[in-house]
Amino acid sequence: MSDLQSHNPSWQLHCPISIPDNGEVITLSHGEGGRLMRRLIHEHIISAFGTMPSDSQAVHQNDPLLLMDDAARLPAIDGEIALSTDSFVVSPLFFPGGDIGSLAVYGTVNDLAVSGARPLYLTLSLIIEEGFPIALLDHVLKSVSTAARHTAVQIVAGDTKVVPRHAVDGLFINTAGVGQLVDPIAPGANALCEGDELIVTGPIGQHGIAVLCAREELALEPPPQSDCAPLTRAISVLRERMGMRIRAMRDATRGGVAAVLHEWAGASKQTLTINQCDIPVSPEVRGACELLGLDPLHVANEGTMVVAVEPGHADCAVEILRSLPEFVHATHIGSVTKKGISPVTIARTLGPEQPLDDPLGAPLPRIC
Amino acid sequence: MKYLDEYRDPAAARKLLAEIRRCANRPWTLMEVCGGQTHGLLRHGIEAELQGTVELIHGPGCPVCVTPLEAIDFAQQLAMRDDTILASFGDMLRVPGSRDSLLQTKAKGGRVKIVYSPLDAVELAKRNPDSQVVFFAVGFETTAPATAIAVQKAKCDHVDNFSLLVAHVRVQPAMEALACSPGDGVQAFLAAGHVCTVMGYASYEPFVKQFRLPVVVTGFEPLDLLDGILACVRQLEAGEARIENQYARSVRREGNVAAQELVNSVYEICDRRWRGFGEIELGGLQLRKNFHEFDALKRFKDVSQLPIVESSECRSADILSGRIKPPECPAFSHACTPESPLGAPMVSSEGACAAYYRYRNLQNNSPSGSPQKRG
Repeated sequence: MSDLQSHNPSWQLHCPISIPDNGEVITLSHGEGGRLMRRLIHEHIISAFGTMPSDSQAVHQNDPLLLMDDAARLPAIDGEIALSTDSFVVSPLFFPGGDIGSLAVYGTVNDLAVSGARPLYLTLSLIIEEGFPIALLDHVLKSVSTAARHTAVQIVAGDTKVVPRHAVDGLFINTAGVGQLVDPIAPGANALCEGDELIVTGPIGQHGIAVLCAREELALEPPPQSDCAPLTRAISVLRERMGMRIRAMRDATRGGVAAVLHEWAGASKQTLTINQCDIPVSPEVRGACELLGLDPLHVANEGTMVVAVEPGHADCAVEILRSLPEFVHATHIGSVTKKGISPVTIARTLGPEQPLDDPLGAPLPRIC
Repeated sequence: MKYLDEYRDPAAARKLLAEIRRCANRPWTLMEVCGGQTHGLLRHGIEAELQGTVELIHGPGCPVCVTPLEAIDFAQQLAMRDDTILASFGDMLRVPGSRDSLLQTKAKGGRVKIVYSPLDAVELAKRNPDSQVVFFAVGFETTAPATAIAVQKAKCDHVDNFSLLVAHVRVQPAMEALACSPGDGVQAFLAAGHVCTVMGYASYEPFVKQFRLPVVVTGFEPLDLLDGILACVRQLEAGEARIENQYARSVRREGNVAAQELVNSVYEICDRRWRGFGEIELGGLQLRKNFHEFDALKRFKDVSQLPIVESSECRSADILSGRIKPPECPAFSHACTPESPLGAPMVSSEGACAAYYRYRNLQNNSPSGSPQKRG
């Protein structure tokens, strides 16, 4: 709980819709398997995904979600599949640029996409706090539905649990996703070689700062917006145009870009070097980070990835990304260099290159 | 970004660096007082660039680092009470106490809440009328005005369940203690720009006369730091000892008079034990008598003081007083890391050990140039 008393539950803060005082709320009975639960599932959850897109009419007619079986039965997939899962516990549930619903879809879809898969199916598990307004749940489910439609994935299975007050912070969501691996698949961080070039697809730190400012009600103007968005289009275009010249891709979620670079350095046993002045950071994120003593490189993203490409191909990758309106700030930020002083180094004002810290945990804002 | 980019311009920084090298006819030893300056010097590679020309000794200006251990232990005991919420700035949370850090206390069920402003803690108290809310008031004269406003607000709004655990410290008495200590080798000071923004620099005029040491009020960006160092070197080469204001875009001689009056209306000067230093005469602030009802130490007299236990391996006392640099501590990066710190300077955002751990070239992070390896 972001607050310490029940008078003012955090999920009521920053909510984009007005919740009537006498509005219907989730009770423990909604999770007990009886009539109330079935009604909740049919009238609120399944109805939110009633017109899911599908590239197979057969699947649509036999929508696994509508069948309400214990398991979704899905058509055979040609070749290898990718499977990923993620849990979403963001507070507040609504923040500038997104909410827990869109985050739960894009988070798992992006994990599949950066792994070289075309996302196909998602499961959706809800853990809801007793007393949670149903109007708010509808709002989140609508957001899940819109995000799923946007990325052409189908919600095929789910689960709903209701827990007593304070057992969760309003609403937690877990999604698991299945995708079909599609050639060419980037070989991954193990294959990074000296001279490979590093790109970020947009301004960094947007999500972490947007959520922090919303949670702590830091009234920055303009309020920083989360980058919560799918990476599927960018990945698909990059793969189409660059093929095997892409070495690795990773969405820079918790721990930010620095955590990705450290993971890659560890996997490849190479040194990754970036230039401070090349890293795209929006003025509002930069301002917030300066104020709070945070490094944007350590702050979470939810729709921004790091891409490594073969030597000499960063400009091409940047040009391809910048042709997409949502990635106009894609930038070449550094390269893989010969084994240096530290796994990841950064060139700042004067140089020489200095070690870039691997984030320890959640960044804590400073005193002054 | 305005007020940042122009002070981080690499070409201008190189020019200043060259000018410092040109002016210095012999090596000089300066102390940057503030931990924010220490981080700036290491983060931007200035300290390394000046090796052989200017040695920078890192001063005690990290308020988190000098917050007495007994205050941290007391805060943890308060947080573990069922009826109390301990509100704190974020960077106190990882600082090791005698037994735990506040982050560990929180994980063990203690009620610890990070706030961004002391006024948020007053609001927290209003929203939690059945709990006692204690704000951990740490910091130099820079944060004291904000905590003073909070206690005034609590008094005005009759927020009786709010109190302050005051551990405020004052910079200048610590500088005087350092200037008095024989053989510390400091030939000039870079004074802390943000403290001077509040307090002004008139009080350094007698200081420079008494100790015959140049003091340059300095900011935190690379160009500020280089400019401050250059001003010190020029004075030293000319055999002068004056107070100079490099940080004129923020600091006036008289300081922020309104903030000073606010602080004076709520706090009075007292002697204070600094972690790593011991007792510093006139080195702290305490609540005035008419605010005693908001003093957590007085309100929670029933909390028994447990014996304090300082790590025997941690050399933070020597680091805070500039006697050694972090890599000279045998525990640095081996027994003591940000994941498992022995002392506050390894985890504070202004701590010298944290600065070396984060920013120094690992193959060259000891003053003697011998290789060091992260543990």
